[in-house]
Parts: sequence; structure tokens; C-alpha cells
Amino acid sequence: MKLGHAVIALKGIIKRELWRFLLQRERFVAALVRPLVWLFVFAAGFRSTLGIAIIPPYETYILYEVYIAAGLIGMIQLFNGMQSSLSMVYDREMGSMKTLLVSPLPRWFLLTGKLMAGTFVSILQAYVFLLVAWFYDIQAPWLGYLSLFPALVLAGLMLGALGMLLSSFIKQLENFSGVMNFVIFPMFFMSTALYPLWKIKESSELLHTLASYNPFSQAVELLRFAMYGQFNGYAFVYTLAAFVIFMTVAVWGYNPSKGMMVKKAGGPS
Amino acid sequence: MNKYIVILLMFFSTLSVADTLYITLEKDNALAIVDGESGKLLKTVPLGQRPRGLAFSKDQAYLYVAASDDDTIQILDAVTLKVVGHLPSGDDPELFKIHPNGLWLYVSNEDDNKVTVIDLQKKTAIAEIAVGVEPEGIAISQDGQWVVNTSETTNMVHWIDPQEQQVKENTLVDPRPRAAEFSVDGQWLFVSSEIAGSLSRIDVSSKQVSAKLHFKVAGVNDELIQPVGVLAHPNNELLFVALGPANRVAVVDIKTMTVKKYLLVGQRVWNLAFSPDMKRLYTTNGASNDISIIDVDKLKVTKSVRVGHYPWGIAVKAESGDSSSAGSMKLKPAKP
Repeated sequence: MKLGHAVIALKGIIKRELWRFLLQRERFVAALVRPLVWLFVFAAGFRSTLGIAIIPPYETYILYEVYIAAGLIGMIQLFNGMQSSLSMVYDREMGSMKTLLVSPLPRWFLLTGKLMAGTFVSILQAYVFLLVAWFYDIQAPWLGYLSLFPALVLAGLMLGALGMLLSSFIKQLENFSGVMNFVIFPMFFMSTALYPLWKIKESSELLHTLASYNPFSQAVELLRFAMYGQFNGYAFVYTLAAFVIFMTVAVWGYNPSKGMMVKKAGGPS
Repeated sequence: MNKYIVILLMFFSTLSVADTLYITLEKDNALAIVDGESGKLLKTVPLGQRPRGLAFSKDQAYLYVAASDDDTIQILDAVTLKVVGHLPSGDDPELFKIHPNGLWLYVSNEDDNKVTVIDLQKKTAIAEIAVGVEPEGIAISQDGQWVVNTSETTNMVHWIDPQEQQVKENTLVDPRPRAAEFSVDGQWLFVSSEIAGSLSRIDVSSKQVSAKLHFKVAGVNDELIQPVGVLAHPNNELLFVALGPANRVAVVDIKTMTVKKYLLVGQRVWNLAFSPDMKRLYTTNGASNDISIIDVDKLKVTKSVRVGHYPWGIAVKAESGDSSSAGSMKLKPAKP
């Protein structure tokens, strides 16, 4: 792989992803409206729910909308990661990825490039969301907005890699609703995005265990701590490990001679 | 040259002053000593039964603490924090204030429907003033001209002339008046009413209620909004009101009598005190066993820290020796 070729390909992938995001206005609006509806409507009903305990990284009592903010950033990245990676199903059959996947560039590089492009878009969405939230009195310290960036990168890559992994198993884009019902919703609801672990434990021990091991929970906690300028080592290692595993399996899944592509095509030709 | 001195002074004026908090713990029968900046509990000192209101003497040498269930006010050496004497407070002392002359201490005796005046030098009661049923809050104007007492059941504010130690006038306010606080310019008196969930602004010259504010907190039932502790900012613009079980401190614009902001703090927030540099506001949160620290400039709660069981009264002492408390006079005005 020549560096020049790699850079051209990477630029192409990121540019295409960005253009797609910016030109599809409704996608941009939808990506922003979803978490804002949760913030303004859903969280409003639970304002004082968490005013009874102080949990790190918070140093005082917080309203529910402050708690849920980190979870909603996670939600943005979860949906974006899934959508971006699942668009691979279409792209590899009809779109630009079809061309790229037959290029001499290594598959892992192309997939990582696609992943980085998707993550970049999700980070843009997250910061626009935080800007709106700032006017709703959800204000992190200034340092937090900076320290959030690397956390957004890792969380975005991990969730994108998960989407990539799933896309290697999916034959048609119509199966996205299945992914919504069986992956996105369970991952989101069985996590610390909406409720802290101690609250989940009060209702169900099983839910608590599932939420603890849910990689999305750890990504959200990584984001939550980073938002307040703090580093959550456990969440970082967990999210990083999940990213490495998901990415490895995804690259394997996209290998035409070994992975899921073979099974989908009915065996090697 | 002068320009540089001014810049230097401005720089130092922005630095926060180290302070120590003295907090009575109703259930632990103890005094918690807390570092104001970090909120770190430094130590705990045993006190009498059910300690509540507290204040430093004018010369900072003594700390007075009302031990309600012991029917006395304990005198503590401010350095050693050892009990060195007692004051004849009468039954069930709760809130008290020291007159600006540093000589007279006014304490309400809830069970006896009176206010006792104690001479701090002689350590004797020099007057017992009959007031309404269940006297509670005490406030003293900065010029020392008026001492005010609220009576919870009579729903009145009693205006006491300290020269004669007699009630001169009464003002009817909303049900269950608790704390009272004069504005820094002495123009107004503010009284919180626990059951009505309101704050009355009384014109000191006419002794009439000139404005009223009913608190409303989104997502909180009205019956939980029970205004108690009141503290005026020396800028004569803001007033902070503790809303008890609503777990909020209301920031009130005293001219328009509107709420600028509600700040979420611990449970059953009761008393309030400023840091000597006015950068921080401290609240005692009885039911959650902690105090909350508020950034006064940003109007943001920065942290809440556990200090012991049922924190109630609070007095603040600067390293340099200045003090303020939930039961004493505030410090001199200083524009933030």
C-alpha cells in the first residue's frame, strides 16, 4: 500500500461521508431532533428523579436532564455508527465501496477509513447537540468540551465498528429494522444512558448485570466523565477492548475468502 | 506607579480568601469544622443536646451555640473549641442574633412565647420580651435600630426597639413566618413564610408589606416548597432563600421580587452563609446530611459534601478573623 494512494482513498471516503451528511438535511435534522426530543420532552418528566444521590463524576445534586445529556451524546453516536456502517450494505453492492473494496488497498484500511468518516460526522452532531443543550442550562466546564473530543473519537469508533460488524452479517438493507429492534434499542435501554447503575440495581439485578457489561454503557460513562474533565480508566479500557474486538471481527467478516461475504455468496468461487 | 498598585490590588481582590465553616449537627450533638474552599471535613467537636443556631462574638474570641434540648447557649473558646461557659437563654433556644454593639444577644424561646435579651459581658438575661406564639426568626438592622422577631403561629413580625427592649409595632405576614433578614441599606425587611411558600418584602419605614413573592419550582409539589433561611447579598440586589424540602435555593431579585434562578442543593436545605470574600454561598442540608457550596458569581452549585447527621446552623470564619453566620450579622458590603 502506497501512502499517497491511502491518503487519497481516506480523503475520498471522509469527503463522501461528510457530503452525504451535509446534503441530506433531513438526516442532519433527524440526528439532532432525536436526542433533543429526549432532552426536552422525556427528561422533563423526570427532572427531580436523581436529586437524591451524588454519583461521580458529578460533585453535587443534578437534574435528570444533566444526567441524561451524556447518554444522549452516546445515543447520537450509536445511531450514527449503526447508520453509517449499515450503509455499507448498500455501498458495497452498488456504491463507491464496491469500487474501493476491489482496489489494492487493504480491506482493514478501507473499513477503518469508513469508520473514521462516520465517527467524524457523529462528533459534529454531538457538538451541535451540546451547543443547544448549553442554552438549556446543561453546561459542562470549558475543559470538559475539550477532553470530550478523544472520548467521542473512541466511543464513535467502537460503536461504528459494532455497526460494521453487524453489516457484515446483513444481506439487505431492509434488515435495518431488525437491527433497530434487536441491537440499538436493547443496547440503549439496557445501559447507563438513561439511569445510573444504582438505580437499575434497585429494580432488577439481571438488568444491572446486563447494563454493567454493555459496551455502550462504558462508552457513555467514558463520555460522561470526559465531559467533566475526568478520566474513567475502566470505561476507557473496556471501550477500547470492545473496539478492537468488533473491528477485528468486522475485518474478518468482510474478508471475501474467509468471512461472512463467503457465506452470503454461498461459498468461495 | 499608582496604576500598578491598583492592578495588583485588583488581582489580589479576585483571589478567594481561605475560610473555615462551623456547622452544628442536630443529631450528632456536635460541631463540624469544615474547610470552606474544599468542603473537606476537618474535625468534629462534641456539643450539647440538639445544637442549632450559632454565631461568633464580635471580637471573634468566642463561639456561641444554642443547645436547644439543654435549654442553654454554650460559650466555646473560638480557638480551642472547648466549652468555657453558658448563657441563660431560657427554654429551647433555636435562633439568635448578636446586636451590632456586641453586647446584647437576642434569642427566641419558642415554648415560652418570648424573646430573651442576654448581656454578653455579665452573662445574664437583662430582658424578657413577650411576643407572639412560637417565636422563631430574629433579625437586627445593621444600624442596630430594630430587632425583629417572627412568631410562627401568630403569623406576625414583631418590631423591638433595643433601647427600650419593647415591642413597638407588629406586621401581619403569611402563615408560619420563619427567617427574617434586613436589606443591606436597611430599607426593607424580608420574611420567609414556610406554609405559604412565600417571601414578604416589608417597608421598614412604614412597617407594611410592600411586595410578596410565591415560589414555584417546576416539577416540585407546592407543599414541598417551604421557604426558611434567608440571606441578603451585600450588593443589595440579590437575596438567597432556602426552600427546605424543595431542595432548592431561590435567587431573588429584591427590587423586582422575582426569582432569577433556582439552585438544586441537598435535601431540606435550611440555613445559609457567605464566605468572607462573598465568592461562595454555603447551605446546610439537614435530611441529606451535607452542605452545598454555591459559586455566587456564576450562581452554580459546585459541590455537595457530607459533614455529619442533620447539619443545621452555620458560621463562617476567615483566616484573617472576619466571620459571618446563619445566626449573626453579615459582613460589610463589598460589590462582587
